[in-house]
Amino acid sequence: MSAQPGYKAQGQSTADPIIICEDVHKWYGSYHALRGVSTTVRRGEKIVICGPSGSGKSTFIRTINRLEEHHRGRIIVDGIELSGDVRNIEAIRREVGMVFQQFNLFPHLTVLDNITLGPVWVRKMKRKDAEELAMQLLERVGIPDQARKYPGQLSGGQQQRVAIARALAMQPKIMLFDEPTSALDPEMIKEVLDVMRELAHSGMTMLVVTHEMGFAREVADRILFFDQGNIVEEADPETFFTNPQHERSRLFLSQILHH
Amino acid sequence: MVRPVPATTATTSPETANPIRWIRKNLFNTWYNSLLTVAAVAALAALAPRLARWAWHADWAVVSANMTLLLTGTYPRDQLWRLWAALLTVMSLFGLSAGAWRGNPRRWIGAAAVAAMLATTGPFQAPARGWLLGTCAGVAAGFMLGRGLTAWRRALWRRVLVALWVVSVPWIYLLLHGWAGSSWLPRVGPSAWGGLTLTLVLAIVGIVASFPLGILLALGRRSRLPAIRWVCTAYIECVRGVPLISILFMAQVLLPIFLPDYRIEHVVRAMVGITLFSAAYMAENVRGGLQGVPRGQIEAAHALGLNGIQTLALIVLPQALRAVLPAIVGQFISLLKDTSLVAVVGLLELLGIARSVLANPTWLGRQAEVYLFVAMVYFIFSFSMSSASRRLERALGLGER
Ligand SMILES: Nc1ncnc2c1ncn2[C@@H]1O[C@H](COP(=O)(O)OP(=O)(O)OP(=O)(O)O)[C@@H](O)[C@H]1O
Ligand SMILES: [Mg+2]
Repeated sequence: MSAQPGYKAQGQSTADPIIICEDVHKWYGSYHALRGVSTTVRRGEKIVICGPSGSGKSTFIRTINRLEEHHRGRIIVDGIELSGDVRNIEAIRREVGMVFQQFNLFPHLTVLDNITLGPVWVRKMKRKDAEELAMQLLERVGIPDQARKYPGQLSGGQQQRVAIARALAMQPKIMLFDEPTSALDPEMIKEVLDVMRELAHSGMTMLVVTHEMGFAREVADRILFFDQGNIVEEADPETFFTNPQHERSRLFLSQILHH
Repeated sequence: MVRPVPATTATTSPETANPIRWIRKNLFNTWYNSLLTVAAVAALAALAPRLARWAWHADWAVVSANMTLLLTGTYPRDQLWRLWAALLTVMSLFGLSAGAWRGNPRRWIGAAAVAAMLATTGPFQAPARGWLLGTCAGVAAGFMLGRGLTAWRRALWRRVLVALWVVSVPWIYLLLHGWAGSSWLPRVGPSAWGGLTLTLVLAIVGIVASFPLGILLALGRRSRLPAIRWVCTAYIECVRGVPLISILFMAQVLLPIFLPDYRIEHVVRAMVGITLFSAAYMAENVRGGLQGVPRGQIEAAHALGLNGIQTLALIVLPQALRAVLPAIVGQFISLLKDTSLVAVVGLLELLGIARSVLANPTWLGRQAEVYLFVAMVYFIFSFSMSSASRRLERALGLGER
């Protein structure tokens, strides 16, 4: 799983957008959390989102599968506009997988049942086929022998890999990651990042909120730097790390690289 | 497959093997424990002779002579087979479930064998003995069948069993009640039900009906729609602010006023009262469980594309109910005991029948025996429920998280 930059989507045309955000605003009560975010993500592109705490990174990626409602602007995912229409929301959630910082596995279900839940109940797949798919995915994330265990019996790194397998079982077109390694002990971070690298290789469209700058440098096609509810800098990793344009990004990088 | 936690088998450790050391370690380990031990022994010594005298003079004839009455009330004597059939149904289902959920074969088959021995040697009349033996056979056969079937296709047969339990409730009600004009199951109205039968019917109907109602009320109380939230909150608070007795009286008086076109039996009014009362407490228990389900669980379910009802049924409720299982079982045990309050509206459940037996001059002065018997019956059912709940908790792995 070594990192060859060749899989990056740089060569693809810009004409194939899968996510379009136009002037997205979001308020929590009177607090203006997103202040006019606009960006376009191409099919197969890997986006890394970083920025200081409270800058709206989580809020932004959660608006893409409507875990948070946006109040102004437009979000179009795979040709479907997110609106209050429940059918649109459900259609988009079927195509967008999400991995959380706290894993959020279902503790009352086995690993296998966690993974087959979506395919069986949402995709209406036969249980037998779903279990076959789940076993393939567990193989892919490197823990096929844990299928019958419960999440509470796994290590953090294993749990997060199950969470990735669970999201992949819906065969999504886009994967969202919200700080997938922040709750992990250092020795487990690598095993999760390896799975994410492999996923990037396979051509998945990915939006990743992370502070793992090594991963960002290696995998990202583009880095979005958030501050105070908006994208203040948007650049390829090379430019972002060697020659950041914005003062805030410079400060952020100096802080994070000195830790 | 790590799930099934083996029941800890009682092993005799070297310490328990030596009685003197055991006594010293457990009864005289501190000065206040020694004091308590001495005081307790003294109290026992003072009471024991009186207890022995009473036990010597106790005459259990009052219980044995009225056994049928205590257990079945005034259920027509030529229709008692229907109660036996109900018992057979329930016990066979217990056997099947124990087998399907991998119960301890030694415990279940052993218990059935011991019960069968007691049924053979005990002072029973022919039909009762036959039914008892049949019930024991039902438990044992059910256990083996349950094991066999689930070894073959586990998920399928477990689902079938759950369905059978659900169906068994209306089936037993029909069996007991029958219908007018039937020669096979002639109608035996609830007014003829009494004794332990009535106690159990009231408790089971109350449990089965208040469970879903309580869940709905709990969900309603957390609803986003203010009207629903309001109605549910008001209902729960009102019911919890009123004693069961007054609800039973109100059900007797108000139901006929609300539904004047129907002649509602007194027993049914009591069932409604008990259900409405229990549902409010059930709702509060469930609400506690719902609050304990982390927000991330719901978000993860939504992110997978599950809709609201699927999220509720597959993710939120299973976790919420598991978390408050002990509280729910505790509440159902209280419900079982609270059914004795229906005596105040003139129904003769176990305690009511006991009192009416004692009103008979033949049995003058036999209160102690009768009340002790009644207490023992309540205890057996309550204790079974709480130990079943403990086993269920363990099987669901509550302690593991
Ligand atoms: N449910 C909420 N209610 C009110 N305010 C919220 C809520 N969620 C987030 N916020 C606020 O919105 C702002 C953006 O939050 P967000 O979680 O998107 O930040 P973030 O960039 O992901 O930060 P972090 O790196 O700490 O995760 C913060 O100031 C936060 O306090
Ligand atoms: Mg965040």
